[in-house]
Amino acid sequence: MKTSRNLVIGAALSTLFIAAALISFIWTPFDVTEMNIPSKLQTPNGTNWLGTDHFGRDIFSMIMVGARTSIAVALVAVGIGMGVGVPLGLAAAARQGSLLDEVIMRGNDLVFAFPSLVIAILITAVFGPGAINAIIAIGIFNIPVFARLTRSAALPLWQREFIMAARASGKGNARISMEHILPNVTNLLIVQGTIQFSLGILAEAGLSYVGLGAQPPLPSWGRMLADAQTMVSFAPHLALIPGGAIILTVLGLNLMGDGLRDLLDPRIRVERT
Amino acid sequence: MSLLTIKDLSLSIHGAPILKDVSLGVAQGAIVAITGESGSGKSLTAFSVMQLLPRGTQTTGSIKLDGKELLNAPDGDMCALRGNDIGMVFQEPMTALNPLMSIGDQVMETILLHTDSSHEQARQRAEETLARVGLPPEKYSLARFPHQLSGGQRQRVVIAMAIALRPRLLIADEPTTALDVTTQAQILDLLKDLVQDFGMGLLMITHDLAVVSAMAERIVVMRYGEVVETGATKALFANMQHDYTKALFAASAHQVALPENTPKDALLIVKDAIRDYPKPRTELFAPRTYTRAVNAVSFTLRKGERIGLVGESGCGKSTLTRAILGLEPLQGGSITALNQKVAPDMPAALRSGLQVVFQDPYGSFNPRHKVARIITEPFHLLPNPPRGQERENRISQLLTAVGLHPTDANKYIHAFSGGQRQRIAIARALIINPELIIFDEAVSALDVSIRAQILDLIAELTRTHDLSYLFISHDLSVVRTITDRVLVMKDGEIVEDGETEQVFTNPRHPYTASLIKAAPTLPDVKALADVSS
Amino acid sequence: MLRYSLKRLLSLAISLVIASLVIFLVIEVAPGDPASFMLGINAQEDTLNALREELGLNQSKLERYLSWTFGMLQGDFGTSYTYRTPVADMVQDRLWVSLPLAIYALALSTLIAFPAGIYAASRRGGLGDVSIMGATQLGVAIPNFWFAMMLVLVFAINLRWFSAGGFPGWEDGLFTGLKALTLPAIALALPQAAILARVMRSSLLDILNEDFIRTARAKGLTPQQALWRHALRNALIPVLTIIGLQFSFLLAGSIIIEQVFYLPGLGRLVFQSISQRDLIVVESVVMLLVFAVILVNFIVDLAYAWVDPRLRSRT
Repeated sequence: MKTSRNLVIGAALSTLFIAAALISFIWTPFDVTEMNIPSKLQTPNGTNWLGTDHFGRDIFSMIMVGARTSIAVALVAVGIGMGVGVPLGLAAAARQGSLLDEVIMRGNDLVFAFPSLVIAILITAVFGPGAINAIIAIGIFNIPVFARLTRSAALPLWQREFIMAARASGKGNARISMEHILPNVTNLLIVQGTIQFSLGILAEAGLSYVGLGAQPPLPSWGRMLADAQTMVSFAPHLALIPGGAIILTVLGLNLMGDGLRDLLDPRIRVERT
Repeated sequence: MSLLTIKDLSLSIHGAPILKDVSLGVAQGAIVAITGESGSGKSLTAFSVMQLLPRGTQTTGSIKLDGKELLNAPDGDMCALRGNDIGMVFQEPMTALNPLMSIGDQVMETILLHTDSSHEQARQRAEETLARVGLPPEKYSLARFPHQLSGGQRQRVVIAMAIALRPRLLIADEPTTALDVTTQAQILDLLKDLVQDFGMGLLMITHDLAVVSAMAERIVVMRYGEVVETGATKALFANMQHDYTKALFAASAHQVALPENTPKDALLIVKDAIRDYPKPRTELFAPRTYTRAVNAVSFTLRKGERIGLVGESGCGKSTLTRAILGLEPLQGGSITALNQKVAPDMPAALRSGLQVVFQDPYGSFNPRHKVARIITEPFHLLPNPPRGQERENRISQLLTAVGLHPTDANKYIHAFSGGQRQRIAIARALIINPELIIFDEAVSALDVSIRAQILDLIAELTRTHDLSYLFISHDLSVVRTITDRVLVMKDGEIVEDGETEQVFTNPRHPYTASLIKAAPTLPDVKALADVSS
Repeated sequence: MLRYSLKRLLSLAISLVIASLVIFLVIEVAPGDPASFMLGINAQEDTLNALREELGLNQSKLERYLSWTFGMLQGDFGTSYTYRTPVADMVQDRLWVSLPLAIYALALSTLIAFPAGIYAASRRGGLGDVSIMGATQLGVAIPNFWFAMMLVLVFAINLRWFSAGGFPGWEDGLFTGLKALTLPAIALALPQAAILARVMRSSLLDILNEDFIRTARAKGLTPQQALWRHALRNALIPVLTIIGLQFSFLLAGSIIIEQVFYLPGLGRLVFQSISQRDLIVVESVVMLLVFAVILVNFIVDLAYAWVDPRLRSRT
């Protein structure tokens, strides 16, 4: 019972923000670049549903466009992590103990020594700040996460007898990885994917907050918070609203991840019966 | 009066009834065995006595130890009894011990928990107990960790923990099922001795009727959560009342009728095969050292022959199997099948001549594929695999041949029982008409009645499909009935090779003799019946 | 044990060499000449050359890499392009803020997470478990810098218990220093504590399902005794991994949190250096951070062996 509730709440919250991001492409209540100094620092009201910032920009509209930035950055970063990490993990597991495995795993360890913020600092130092850098930094950090997960899930599968049967049927490592291993680790990847997605949103917010992520005039939740910092004592809604948006999105994705795990992982389901 | 009296014990988990009105008793100094197939509720009966049951369990009835009611007793009272008055030994010695705690500490824990002895006294008592179960402290230091011991030695540690305080009742749940036959014999002897020395009652759970007959004074046969028959072992075997008991006994003693074989040309020639595994490096820059898993093994299997390969775990039989299947390379010697060299890079045509049936009915199928896709996987080896109607026909034909229904092709594997899954595995091996099939412990994970059916199926297919096979097993009674010739393997070498009946009645190698001696045998029912009548 | 440690030490050294190479090469790709940046666009060619000579920019890449790394081994991190002072001195001052902050936060995180995770696991499915898990679900979702802003709003601006930012230094005593770091450490620690508590709980629950826990119960241990004597140590193995990973998150996170509290730590130094294109400082600080992460992972590896006898006797 609790399982499906997690999933429903999580999916509803996630859908809400993804919808907001998509709608922002065709419609927002106000133009996010439009400044209106006379009506600055409004608290939520009938015209500006979530109030206005210090330039009089509509916060509701900025949250919608900011959702677009956050979701795009996190999604592409997860894509990079999966696209590179999963094949590496599959290859390492297929040839466990080989030089290839060793190189991939040690490479993973090395990347883990560079927290995504440090990667972002390095990239920014070289190429200057920007949303693309945030994507690359978070994406690189995701690679070892997926590579390790895939490898550790694939290794016990390689010991199973159906893999031996496939080998006795003359199938090679690559084919077995695609036909037998990948479908059996997909559930795990989906669950981890939602979790990395939510971590990506947090990381993007952090990078934007310190100025290493999305640059003006592109609105982003992290930069909205950075702008709000000096005004938090007299206009707390400037900080509360973007913060709330981040928390609700991340919470939604995490709940969805938990719900999916309970739904997809038969081991946990068995344990509950 | 009995030491342990179970009366009308019923048990349900989350509302699903598991045990129904189970009654039995264990007297002081007596060995009582509960036997039955999986799902009979025999283990849950044992755990009920310990009151260590899964969440959501509801019980009614009565379990009395020396007149004290245990059923639904407060956990505090049970904690005082467990380990002190009731000891328990489990099935899986590999996981029953805490991997991070030394064996001495684990035995001492029982003692310190229930007595107010000092650390030093507890240590002494632990040493004595370990020595008593065959682990003298001079050889097996108390500071050892479980991973430094073999399965049999770990089971001895578990027994030491259970008997350290000389409990009045010992419960043993399949204590030897995970062990090799020679180790099994030693552990059974130990348990028997302990019962005699300490005068405790032993409630033993086992699926193996041969073990039961060798150990127990009384036997309780269970099926689907109910006791179907109970009595003194000899009398019960001499005069079985219930049909299920008879069926169980018949299945345990099951013999198949293999058709005559007329060996023809050599199909598989293994010559001086050597298989080495790299050991983990002991020094940082030391050269790699190797374990020799298969050492200069030679034998020939002719077309139409049914050869058994027996040996205990770690003897190298699985390694040899993988080499014969061409899954792993040899480090010396050669394997030739169908006049071609077997190697990991061998051509598909040769590979299609060798197929395999594995042990684990739950692990040998991709859970995401349907039966049709599973059994046609070897088609990958054919240059022109059958398609369309021809493929459908082939699938139906094979499923029928192994005793399943053609419509089963569209089901996922989780819809089938263990026995049905082994049928599917056999269908997969047969679908491309291989010259040689390897049965790798193919019936070891099955209940006796299912095992009898699968053995019959193999015999039947031998008749209809003219099979040649290599049957790998640790179970001597199975090998004896399903093969013409047998190879005995020990420490990577084949120590005996001969006609099956010959080897069993008159073994030449001492190791073979010790194996046969250690294997528990079913009682001769006829002789028993004659004596009692 | 010694062999195991040596092996880990070797792998630490290799990681450091590769990491330093990666950092050096990435910085090498950076466009622009530090000398012309420092002297402005109107600088004379010979002045530029003199400066390049002074900064060692005329040497080959290999020479520069070697002098950078060997310099670091002797505590010489080069000279800042902008301030013309040794980087080592600049870093050292900042390190005395960032490192205590990360360690303070790690200690807080562990102190909160262990009891919470253990309690939740021992009361599985009960009210305590459900509320702790709900709280951690929220804790994981909160961005630490936002949480920091809220702490400032409540405890510094409204309640005035703490100052809103800045760092008085350690000269005024341990207490003053720690007090200034308390809000930042809480902001850093709470989200990490939420993660750690979840890992602790699920790891304990996994172990509580193991056969040897049943063996322990069969000896007569109560569920609580079995948890403390047998499950906890076994559950620690995955928890240690997470603690190791968390240290790098905390170190990186402290760079962001320093921005909220205006702390003169490594983070401030890095952002200043980036905007001033003082790449030698960026390079050295990044190397230092990576070194810290690799070192902590080495310590975690040693801790594994301390917990797990199977690792001690193998290899």
